[in-house]
Amino acid sequence: MNEEHPLTQAIIAGRRKEAAALVQQCLAAGETARDIVEKRLLPGMMAVGDKFKRNEIFVPDMLIAGRAMKEALMILEPLLAAAGVKPEHRAVIGTVQGDLHDIGKNLVAMMWKGAGIEVIDLGANVSPATFVEAVKKHQPKLLGLSALLTTTMPAMRETVKALRDAGLTVKVILGGAPITQEYAREIGADGYAPDAGSATDAALALLQGKA
Amino acid sequence: MHFKSPAISDPAQLIFGLAPKPVTTRSGMVIGGGTVYPELNFTLPPISIEAGTMPEVRRNYEQIITGALRRAAELEVPGVVVEFETLPPMTEHPAWGLDIVKILLEGMEREKDRSGLKSALRMTPNDNREFERPPLMRRGRYWDAMLELFDGSSAAGAELLSIESVGGKELHDDALVNGDLAASLFSLCILGERDMRFLWTHLKKIADQHGVKCAGDTACGFGNTAMVLAEQKMIPRVFAAVVRAVSAVRTLVAYECGAVGPGKDCGYENPILKAITGYPMAMEGKTSACAHLSPMGNLAAACCDTWSNESVQNIKLLGGMAPTCYMEQLAYDCRLMNTARSHGQESARQLQRWLVESDVATDPQAFIISPESSVKLARVITDSDSHYHAGAAAARKAVELLRGAHAQGKLRIAPNELVWFDTMQDTLDELPESETEFIARQLAVADRSRFLPEEYGLNA
Repeated sequence: MNEEHPLTQAIIAGRRKEAAALVQQCLAAGETARDIVEKRLLPGMMAVGDKFKRNEIFVPDMLIAGRAMKEALMILEPLLAAAGVKPEHRAVIGTVQGDLHDIGKNLVAMMWKGAGIEVIDLGANVSPATFVEAVKKHQPKLLGLSALLTTTMPAMRETVKALRDAGLTVKVILGGAPITQEYAREIGADGYAPDAGSATDAALALLQGKA
Repeated sequence: MHFKSPAISDPAQLIFGLAPKPVTTRSGMVIGGGTVYPELNFTLPPISIEAGTMPEVRRNYEQIITGALRRAAELEVPGVVVEFETLPPMTEHPAWGLDIVKILLEGMEREKDRSGLKSALRMTPNDNREFERPPLMRRGRYWDAMLELFDGSSAAGAELLSIESVGGKELHDDALVNGDLAASLFSLCILGERDMRFLWTHLKKIADQHGVKCAGDTACGFGNTAMVLAEQKMIPRVFAAVVRAVSAVRTLVAYECGAVGPGKDCGYENPILKAITGYPMAMEGKTSACAHLSPMGNLAAACCDTWSNESVQNIKLLGGMAPTCYMEQLAYDCRLMNTARSHGQESARQLQRWLVESDVATDPQAFIISPESSVKLARVITDSDSHYHAGAAAARKAVELLRGAHAQGKLRIAPNELVWFDTMQDTLDELPESETEFIARQLAVADRSRFLPEEYGLNA
């Protein structure tokens, strides 16, 4: 992973305008949009994620880097689309029916995006039928379910059952204060993350077939 | 500001069990009158709440109240505040919530007849307004159902009204994860202040109609969210501590509208509010470890008038059902504080000092709600001429106190947090003097898809 490139450094430092200018320079130098994403931008976000894991920085710092990444991607996305390049991984995420707590879910979505996963966020209080519909429509490899209340945990079970009843094999990962690995296993989910910080590693492990 | 000067200006007087304006319950408990009472809160184990499961839901609450109050009586507690914090379907369907109110009141009456145990019911309907996105804060079925539950439970015998209101939260979560102090001020002191005033004016009417008391609100969805995010190392602890100081301005509005305490347990900003208002406060700390980590488990008790466990699931532990076990823990916590008080002011003061000293140097938030800091923050809030200015003044004072304590070696702060002092100070230095200008500035950058300015009485 090359973190020395000026564009990668601009992402790490969250310098949006500089990142956009450097993307143009890379394109002018003949780099493909795909290479810029994979060799310049994602290494920057991975480095930011590593700093966060080492407790060197906080979420606001990650968001600043994320905004620089977004600025760079705005230039590259038309080129990626024209070349038929799609994100390697896509995920759908939401807080289950009856539950309004969504800050943990929002943090997970943010971190997944930083790791290069395309995320479709359905929001809070999402019914099992809506999850099923979204999975059918977006064809994600991963579905994240969040709940904070003990009384909305059963909605996770209903959602997993609805997915399986519909013949959908999307990998399901759970999170939220009352959730445990045992509960995830019991209701037929594929994974569990105890907090937002560990949700990216858990997601990537599922997506890459390592979990 | 409604409160022109703090009711308590000496940190030594900001102490457990004593409030300048105590609250007397129907059963004769005098909260803030020299005794600390346990306040028990509880929730259900994993179970859906719907018409078909209501018999099981009722059975759970019946079991909780019977077991916990029997344990309280066995331990000879001087009285108990029972808090019923509803779950969303119980507010959405007020009849379900009222069913549980009836069960709890009957259990309390039964124990009174059996053992003479004094008790009072605090009714805390959860705030469902954010089920609509963007939320309708002043109308709609969630608002109507919430008021119906307040009204019905007051008529049934609940005598302390509380809520964890959510006005402003739709923007505050983003303010936290972005470390944006100006957006936090806007959420708490502009949106939050306006919503609190609207909400608590309605609650006061209900309370007066039934002869019950408005107790208080909490910045749980704001300050506690920040506290938990800081504990998870998502945001800096110093930022969360400054947000806590600002949150006191929002919670204060309930008291300006007629609430008299005891303030809601999860309002860790309550020491500042006790200093301002003189009303008794519920607090929680080490004995709420069942619900969440608190970095100030002892210090939080330093000025409590009721002592709470925040919330515990009705699950079986070796010592009994969890609410019963937590009742026991609260009883012993309170017994110690009341024993210290029975030995005179200096003994109580000594225990207060130990409670404070055991936590104050370890966490910025603990430092901010210590009696010494609380009276200083109370002063700058009451000296202000508006809630916006009070919030900004509280933030400035909090930054100053934290910087000073760190410089003097009185408070440990992680090296990667220190840069946030300058970040926050820069934000505060750039705030306009005019509230109108501040509102216009924040409305220009706020995510309009998340909130409706008119629901806060603001011109879009």
